[in-house]
Amino acid sequence: MVQHGSKPSREIQKDPETLKLIQSSLRSLNEAISYAPHQVMLGNIYPDTLSELESPWYENPTDSNSHKGPHGEIVGEEIFYGLIKGVDDFGLVSIEESFAKRSYSEIKKMGYLTGDLLQKIEGVPVSEIENRLQEDNVLPLRLGTGETIGFISTDYAEDPSLSPDILLENLTVKATATMALNSVLESNGVDPETIDYVIGSGEEAIGDRYNRGGGNLAKAVAEAAGCMQSTGADIKAFCCAPVHATVVGGSLITSGVFPNIAVIGGCSLAKLGMKFQGHLKKGIPIMEDVLVGFAILLGPDDQVSPVLRLDSVGRHTVAAGSVQQKIVEALVQTPLSKVGLKFQDIGKYATEMHNPEITDTAGSGNVPQTNYRLIAALAALNGEIEKGAESRDAFVKTHGMPGFSPTQGHVASAIPFLGHALDDLKRGNYQYSMFLAKGSLFLGRMTHMSDGESFILEKNH
Amino acid sequence: MVVILGSPTPESAEIYAKTVTEGDPSWVGPLAGIALKLPVYHVLEPEVKNQFDQSLYDDQVGIMESVLDTDDLIKTVSKVRSEQ
Amino acid sequence: MDLKGKNVIIVGERDGVPGPAIETLVKSVGGTPALVQTQCFV
Repeated sequence: MVQHGSKPSREIQKDPETLKLIQSSLRSLNEAISYAPHQVMLGNIYPDTLSELESPWYENPTDSNSHKGPHGEIVGEEIFYGLIKGVDDFGLVSIEESFAKRSYSEIKKMGYLTGDLLQKIEGVPVSEIENRLQEDNVLPLRLGTGETIGFISTDYAEDPSLSPDILLENLTVKATATMALNSVLESNGVDPETIDYVIGSGEEAIGDRYNRGGGNLAKAVAEAAGCMQSTGADIKAFCCAPVHATVVGGSLITSGVFPNIAVIGGCSLAKLGMKFQGHLKKGIPIMEDVLVGFAILLGPDDQVSPVLRLDSVGRHTVAAGSVQQKIVEALVQTPLSKVGLKFQDIGKYATEMHNPEITDTAGSGNVPQTNYRLIAALAALNGEIEKGAESRDAFVKTHGMPGFSPTQGHVASAIPFLGHALDDLKRGNYQYSMFLAKGSLFLGRMTHMSDGESFILEKNH
Repeated sequence: MVVILGSPTPESAEIYAKTVTEGDPSWVGPLAGIALKLPVYHVLEPEVKNQFDQSLYDDQVGIMESVLDTDDLIKTVSKVRSEQ
Repeated sequence: MDLKGKNVIIVGERDGVPGPAIETLVKSVGGTPALVQTQCFV
């Protein structure tokens, strides 16, 4: 899929030879599975452990070859292309018949996707794929090896909002979000029929030319995941949307509107290979090579699960502007003082968890580290820790963690730590965890501002 | 015309500084091979910082001095400038 | 280098110093922001 990322696809168009360079720098599924940050995503390794592992992590695979963990599952292309076919309600995707058969049986083995989805995984003869690929408005679907296994087309070529690349982007989002939702429902023993409302929090823009970005992937995913008694809506707020969506979900439960809610977020196809040129230049693997989806279940107090403190929600107000100090005050300090807590009462802060190995190697810095240092600087300004680099770094080490998330936009914003935080809070490792996310609204050219929101989770007493 | 950067890392500051002086070093953008030779500074550099009212500066960017690797940023951008 | 009376291109970054914060400073000493941008690489 990397060749369909925004940056790679533009560069391949300029110079077709780029495709070969990209293909020769991709990781295998096994390399992606044993990659330490991915094992953290799956919940098999605790984030702090990363700082004890030898780096670079891409040269030092973990011993774990488990594709599953308590927080998720990683699958390869064979399954993924089948999933795209399984969530395609309009016959846009075609995959080769023997490939489709293998994919079907692998997906069936996963055990948690619906029968309706499985039924749609049917293939076509190779000759049909070869013929259709001669036409305009047909994009090839290839494996990392370069082998073409299918294509995606459009049923309305005149509408630029329904072009095959946009439809592919939206179907990948639907596929990853559906897989995540079904997986979370199954692992928590929750009947899909009990979900009342699904909230989408991704950055995709679904709609035709009259409704570009009209959205409601949430309901499409609810249908694909078998949540038949549910409807839904999307919350759009760039990378900050998952935190907004969680707060809205919690509010709907507390107000009695809907008792059982799922917050979902699909992947970001556009961001695959965003920094591939930096990685190629350094001769390291293209590490923006995975798509991630997530799902969170919210419900009434069960006396066990950590509590979403709705009285602790922090927000980056318009008045806070674009000044870093004011933003962190709004997101961290104000909510802490509202509920009578100090900076060090928060066991772990989850911020944007972008894996620094991906960003640093392409000159984009260490995003979580900058965020943690900002929180530490504010703690120092408030006299809660000493000033200076030594106490700053100690604060960051204790209350922060190394970044481990694929650079999948909204996915990376705090949520990858959620599974770990729930484990920690249930075990009583600490009493509180804070989740804060930021969104780069200025990228859309409607405002120069960014956005942010935060909430605190508390151990259930 | 002057360019002022707010980049968080020496690497990204260097890319921008070179882009507006000798031309895009990554050779991918529209400024590849185009030497604009603009004077470029990072906002944390003393030549820029000292022009502002101290308390306004502290309000707007002060906290970032202790968060970013300020010395490296200053060294990187002033080096690109001096090579012009 | 004196910012007063100069046209200034501002290239901020969300995780560094955002564009509008630099803009406020430039305006305060009589510089003219010709272009204000904020970048984000994630």
